[in-house]
Amino acid sequence: MATIIQSENLNLWYGDHQALKDINLSIEEHQITALIGPSGCGKSTFMKTLNRMNDLVKSCRIEGKVTLNGVDIYKDMDANILRKRVGMVFQKANPFPMSIYDNVAYGPRIHGIRSHAKLDEIVERSLQQAALWDECKDRLKTSALGMSGGQQQRLCIARALAVEPEVLLMDESTSALDPISTAKIEDLCLELKKKYTIVMVTHNMQQANRISDVTAFFLLGELIEAGETKQIFLNPTNKKTEEYITGRFG
Amino acid sequence: MKSDMITYSAADPQSISRPVAKTADGKNGSVPPENGKISSSRRVKIGVLQGLMRVSFVIILALLACMIGYIIYRGAAHVTWTLVSTSPSLLNDTIGILPNILNTLYIVLMTLVLVLPLGVGTAVYLTEYAANAKLVSVIEFATETLAGIPSIIYGLAGMLIFVQFFSLGTSLLAGALTLVIMTLPTIIRTTQESLKTVPDSYREGGLALGAGKWYMIRTVVLPSSIDGIVTGCILAIGRIVGESAALLFTAGMANEIMNLGEAIQPGHAGSTLTVALYMYAKERGEFDVAFAIALILLVLTFLINMAAKLVAKKLRRPTQNED
Repeated sequence: MATIIQSENLNLWYGDHQALKDINLSIEEHQITALIGPSGCGKSTFMKTLNRMNDLVKSCRIEGKVTLNGVDIYKDMDANILRKRVGMVFQKANPFPMSIYDNVAYGPRIHGIRSHAKLDEIVERSLQQAALWDECKDRLKTSALGMSGGQQQRLCIARALAVEPEVLLMDESTSALDPISTAKIEDLCLELKKKYTIVMVTHNMQQANRISDVTAFFLLGELIEAGETKQIFLNPTNKKTEEYITGRFG
Repeated sequence: MKSDMITYSAADPQSISRPVAKTADGKNGSVPPENGKISSSRRVKIGVLQGLMRVSFVIILALLACMIGYIIYRGAAHVTWTLVSTSPSLLNDTIGILPNILNTLYIVLMTLVLVLPLGVGTAVYLTEYAANAKLVSVIEFATETLAGIPSIIYGLAGMLIFVQFFSLGTSLLAGALTLVIMTLPTIIRTTQESLKTVPDSYREGGLALGAGKWYMIRTVVLPSSIDGIVTGCILAIGRIVGESAALLFTAGMANEIMNLGEAIQPGHAGSTLTVALYMYAKERGEFDVAFAIALILLVLTFLINMAAKLVAKKLRRPTQNED
């Protein structure tokens, strides 16, 4: 299995506060990597370094290296191109106040696709991949804001898939959803990992256990342990990991 | 693994019972609690507040109706075809306000064309780009101060700067430029306020798809704040149409019919309806004409605002019409 993303000695500061300390982590292709840990442990921060969303935070300073297929994303890659290749789905569904169609077509339009036939095809394919096509194919021109929370989140997944990323980052993307919508999105992730690589931040241990292949446990800005999910959950090598996943703190 | 499904459903009845408990506390007066009654003191409070709201609504409505009614009553009889279709003639001893109507339209157009890019651009820069918070607050303070200056001072400044220093002469152009400075704070403020109401999640969503910042602002942020920008325009139009003091010194008092090409050139003076109203009422005591002008001003303002709203409707979803 090939490594797609690799972080080497990654350090990150917000002002004077060091949020990430010497993170070394490889993310493998076509796997779901779950980042777990208590609030404020740096897992979301780490994930945002992978598509440079931390660039938007003014006081943020980064040292070390993150590579995508061997290319240093902070030195040798344009942030906009990186974000096309590493898509992101946020904690709260954030569809734009436009039609369903325009939401999905937004990404391809940024990258210069104007042909209606091509856009139609991308919209249909993306919505199908996000298991949303059947529910909304008759109302593509209606506002995305009229959809339910779970539908909106799947729309955001479709929107991210429309630019054909290589990696999909999911920042607690099911935490605001009901169990049925959550289950739908989890099934979707298992389907999507055949084609994409998924990195997800989650507070839900069961979710990490259910769907991820690799789990990385963060605590106070450090990567405590990373490994196969089964091993992490059944036989963690570090005492703190065990305490966290058995719910003794967090 | 399955335990979280169970906790979810176990928590469900609790979450349903919680709002009911809240209404029993009397936190939400509009939904009757289980026994269907609320305390009499609460009922009095609610009644008084609702009564006050109704009274203020009626007062505002009555004031507006009286004002419009009075203007129609005094003005309607004097709005004649000659009045709206000619310029004043000493030979025939008739009064016409066509030049003033045209001048008003020209000056609104000229001012908006200049102030919109400036004001919206400034607001976008201040809200979306400027990194130096201190500089932003200084600029915001300056624009607020600008908004509080009496218009006669704009008139004086406009006369010194545009009419004399830039040698534009007493002209519609000098008047429009003066009004640009005067309405700039309004446009900047309303645009900024409406940009601030656009959730950051829209911005993040756009950027996370690989959009450049300006592309994201143009396609997501500005369309979402178009209502605020139009509100700013309507307020600005109100100030432009209602302005007399700032225009007396800068745009002059001429009453000649001009076409748009002449109107935008330096040296072509012209009075707007409000300036004309002031002249007829104050200098010549022609109150019938003044009220007729007032009525026409009302109608004109109404029409311009409607037009602005129509434009907004067209602009609101630029990507929706592409297919």
